[in-house]
Amino acid sequence: MNGFKPRDWNSHAPYIAPGYKSTILRGPTKPLIALSGGISEASGPVFARAAIRDLDWDLTRNGRVNGEPLGERIVVHGRVLDGDGRPVPHTLIEVWQANAAGRYVHKVDQHDAPLDPNFRGSGRCMSDENGNYVFYTIKPGAYPWGNHFNAWRPNHIHLSLFGPGFATRLVTQMYFPGDPLLALDPIFLGTPDEAARNRLIAKFSIEKTEEGFALGYQFDIVLRGRLATPMED
Amino acid sequence: MTYGETPSQTVGPYFAYGLTPVQYGYDFTDIANHVVAGRDAKGEHIRITGQVLDGKGEPVSDAMIEIWQADHEGAYSTEPVSIKDTGFRGFGRCGTGTDGQNLFMFETVKPGCVADASAPFINVTVFMRGMLTHAFTRLYFDDVPATNANCPVLQSVPADRRDTLIAKRTDTPTGPEYRFDIHMQGDTETVFFDV
Repeated sequence: MNGFKPRDWNSHAPYIAPGYKSTILRGPTKPLIALSGGISEASGPVFARAAIRDLDWDLTRNGRVNGEPLGERIVVHGRVLDGDGRPVPHTLIEVWQANAAGRYVHKVDQHDAPLDPNFRGSGRCMSDENGNYVFYTIKPGAYPWGNHFNAWRPNHIHLSLFGPGFATRLVTQMYFPGDPLLALDPIFLGTPDEAARNRLIAKFSIEKTEEGFALGYQFDIVLRGRLATPMED
Repeated sequence: MTYGETPSQTVGPYFAYGLTPVQYGYDFTDIANHVVAGRDAKGEHIRITGQVLDGKGEPVSDAMIEIWQADHEGAYSTEPVSIKDTGFRGFGRCGTGTDGQNLFMFETVKPGCVADASAPFINVTVFMRGMLTHAFTRLYFDDVPATNANCPVLQSVPADRRDTLIAKRTDTPTGPEYRFDIHMQGDTETVFFDV
């Protein structure tokens, strides 16, 4: 017993998802072998709050050279929870994304949309003792990719989390409500269950919107739950 | 009330400046790198190298490997990972896009056997473009065959696939190196676990 409930495979995409062509040669083809696990999977790396520097959680500022980054400022709020709704405190969240024009800083990205000298597009934050997190950024643009004719990725932000153990590790993407590309995107659609898929879409929040500054989005992230409710004390 | 898990999604090809910035030359700090055990860590210092190979046997240039392991006495670190630490960190992360052969590489110490296991091993997680959910595997060591033969986890794996979990040691002028190639598909497809 590794301390966590089995992964809910209805919430995750299969390794081979033919609509997303790259999976065909890269996803494992043989069945996974069950591993009841132990302390190796129940434990995992921890990161100190000191790992988060002052501007890491503000992508509108951490890449500035000589001015404001271009695009629509947003503030992303959310909670990191487990499958029983318990907060996951003090867990590191790493984020990365394209700029407002749909271009990544990565040198391999050859899309001819402009780079923004004042936007790097990466940062990190940490959930607090109640599982709450927040970061500021620019709404990422859509961009074309080579998967199929006229393929464009919907606007999205990549997020990486550890949670309490190596078994709870998650890398995911946050999407935006109302994006017409979602219905056409084989990465988003790779998650077969509609309800699960819709958990990848943030909610616009006028309450979280900051007057005159940034539009608010709410995005809760649910990691695997524990096998048993831990004692409160 | 139960809450459904947030689905996993691919890291995509451009994870470098989010997850492995220093390795890829970006001017932004890392939270972890290929050094799992610093020079002051106790134990036998070793190097782990390998490639991630796709269904055509081609090395993957946009994969990222994470490892998590016990120290030389079989204990997991509960201290925060700090790349300034020259001792045992336990956690490492390396992308395959900065080496000419698309190798990943870790500097670490050979782990001791953890309390509830019967052979020493390292937890390995594979992320890459083209994989919507990351994959878990384990690295065992080829120089402890008798110990491996008693390991219930290895024994739970079909005999003809067990070798895919066992790293091969070479003693080099710069120290012991274990080779651990990860085959995503094919006759030698690496065993992946449902953890």
